[in-house]
Amino acid sequence: MIGRRRIIVFGGRMIGQLTALERTYAAIILIVIICVGVAMAVVGRGDLLAVHGWIIAAYGMAVMVVLLRGIDAAEPWEERFREYYDDPTKVGIILSLIWGVIGMAVGVWVASLLAWPDLTFDAAWASFGRLRPVHTSGVIFGFGGNALIATSFHVLQRTTRARLPDQLSPWFVLLGYNLFCVMAATGYFMGMTQSKEYAEPEWYADLWLVIVWVVYFAIYIRTLARRREPHIYVANWYYMAFILVVAILHIVNNLAVPVSIGHAKSYSLFSGVQDAMTQWWYGHNAVAFFLTAGFLGMMYYYLPKRAGRPIYSYRMSIISFWGITFMYMWAGSHHLHYTALPHWVQTLGMVFSLVLLVPSWASAGNALLTLNGAWHKVRDDAVLRFMMLAAIFYGIATFEGSFMAIRAVNSLSHYTDWTVGHVHVGALGWVAMITFGSFYALVPWMWKRPALYSAKLVEVHFWLALTGTVVYIFAMWNSGIIQGLMWRTFDPNGTLAYSFLDTLVAMHPYYIARAFGGLLFLAGAVVAFYNIWMTITQPAPVDEGAATDLPVEPPAPRAWAQAGE
Amino acid sequence: MSFDHDTIVGFSKSFGLLYLVAMSIGVVIYAFWPANKKQFDRAAESVVSDEEDRPWL
Repeated sequence: MIGRRRIIVFGGRMIGQLTALERTYAAIILIVIICVGVAMAVVGRGDLLAVHGWIIAAYGMAVMVVLLRGIDAAEPWEERFREYYDDPTKVGIILSLIWGVIGMAVGVWVASLLAWPDLTFDAAWASFGRLRPVHTSGVIFGFGGNALIATSFHVLQRTTRARLPDQLSPWFVLLGYNLFCVMAATGYFMGMTQSKEYAEPEWYADLWLVIVWVVYFAIYIRTLARRREPHIYVANWYYMAFILVVAILHIVNNLAVPVSIGHAKSYSLFSGVQDAMTQWWYGHNAVAFFLTAGFLGMMYYYLPKRAGRPIYSYRMSIISFWGITFMYMWAGSHHLHYTALPHWVQTLGMVFSLVLLVPSWASAGNALLTLNGAWHKVRDDAVLRFMMLAAIFYGIATFEGSFMAIRAVNSLSHYTDWTVGHVHVGALGWVAMITFGSFYALVPWMWKRPALYSAKLVEVHFWLALTGTVVYIFAMWNSGIIQGLMWRTFDPNGTLAYSFLDTLVAMHPYYIARAFGGLLFLAGAVVAFYNIWMTITQPAPVDEGAATDLPVEPPAPRAWAQAGE
Repeated sequence: MSFDHDTIVGFSKSFGLLYLVAMSIGVVIYAFWPANKKQFDRAAESVVSDEEDRPWL
């Protein structure tokens, strides 16, 4: 297994890829970060801000240790410009998997808490309200965000045929982003929150993310400026939309004034229904541009690559790209049906949500039509099957989303578990499946392995993930619709037929089923982590005993395996 | 004319419709412009081509 030595050797080799000047800049940046952390700890003493100050300083020092260990490594080879720069992608994949396992484990915990409320310690940090955002941020930002950063660097270089512009800024983005994730998760445990869904971290963490995100976008623009391939492949458009729009959303929704420079607490610039509208404009577009556009970028590259077939219709991919970017912006108000929000704004959101079905299904259809004629590959290759399943769930989730945005349907579904079910059709079925599929394809290319450690384990993961997702979403559909119907059932006297407790009793069996489905999905993620870890650490050849009808590695990317040799 | 809520609503309901329809038509024209077909086909093919995994110098 992994030893400290291995990390040090690995870290040293990575530092060796930085030029002397970049190592100096890295050291300066880290010193600034450590100083800022200590300053926060001093200014914010007596406040939770101080805890985060120390965490920032400790994080900076940990990275500094890795840097100093390798600071006197030989200058990088001039020939590096003949290679792509993949170290940040490799580390990003591992970080994504670690966050995935943590985030999903906390998810199983909070699901179990709903079924068995006694499963908590008598401690504030272990209460449902604090654990839940650790789950949502852990999987969305920790797992999903790292996966997007890692794959975007890979796809960007391959499709532009240009190396990243330097060796330092990708690390700044990756490690800076993970510092944000650490601040988010630790803050929730301490009870810090802005009370904005998916935007809970406080003002200083938000400011830090802005800096990281601007550097991220700059990497994209700088690499595109250096591109050798004149046409910008469609996956890059999706990744760029993801980066740019998330920056806009994040800045606007987090406009806030801190109580003082020494306090973690801040107050939003918006109030009342404006605050709600801004939040759900942000919230729904986080789904649109973080969880959809970014992962569509992933799909438009890794699915054709793995299948060995060009995308079915490139034209359709362009039209659906602009359709998604134009229309998602207006759909957020469907989260506020039957509220103080003006009726016409609600209707606007509903109509745009319905029209969105067109570009969404164009993408899902495009993916499936790409596979049409290569179904034998889908049958034999579990990696490709992950991607196909992702496209199918993407189609289901977007249909369901448009349907639930209709005001009349929303009157039944809103505030019920149906919403939770819908989110997980997207998160488990679409986001996680396309990520795991892409990782399984990417890992052997990145670490120059002939194949994954075990094709059988990919099969095991596939069926665990599919079963877990199906159990989860059916449980939530049943639970949510029962809950919604019970809330609106009147007796002949015109009073409500069921009390709130009656609904909980009715939902209890589904809560148990949901926790079990989540557990299966988590087990799959652990299997994936083990399989990928073994692929990386064991140069061992392929398991010859793998089922004979399963090609261990589909024939597609021959050249990839040798690259850089 | 005063600049109030109704002004913004009126602007959103009129100009919003026009520019979204105009952009949609623009995108469809761009995607289906015959001269663009070649570069689109090439882009779609380039992802799956078996070229060496190196930057072009």
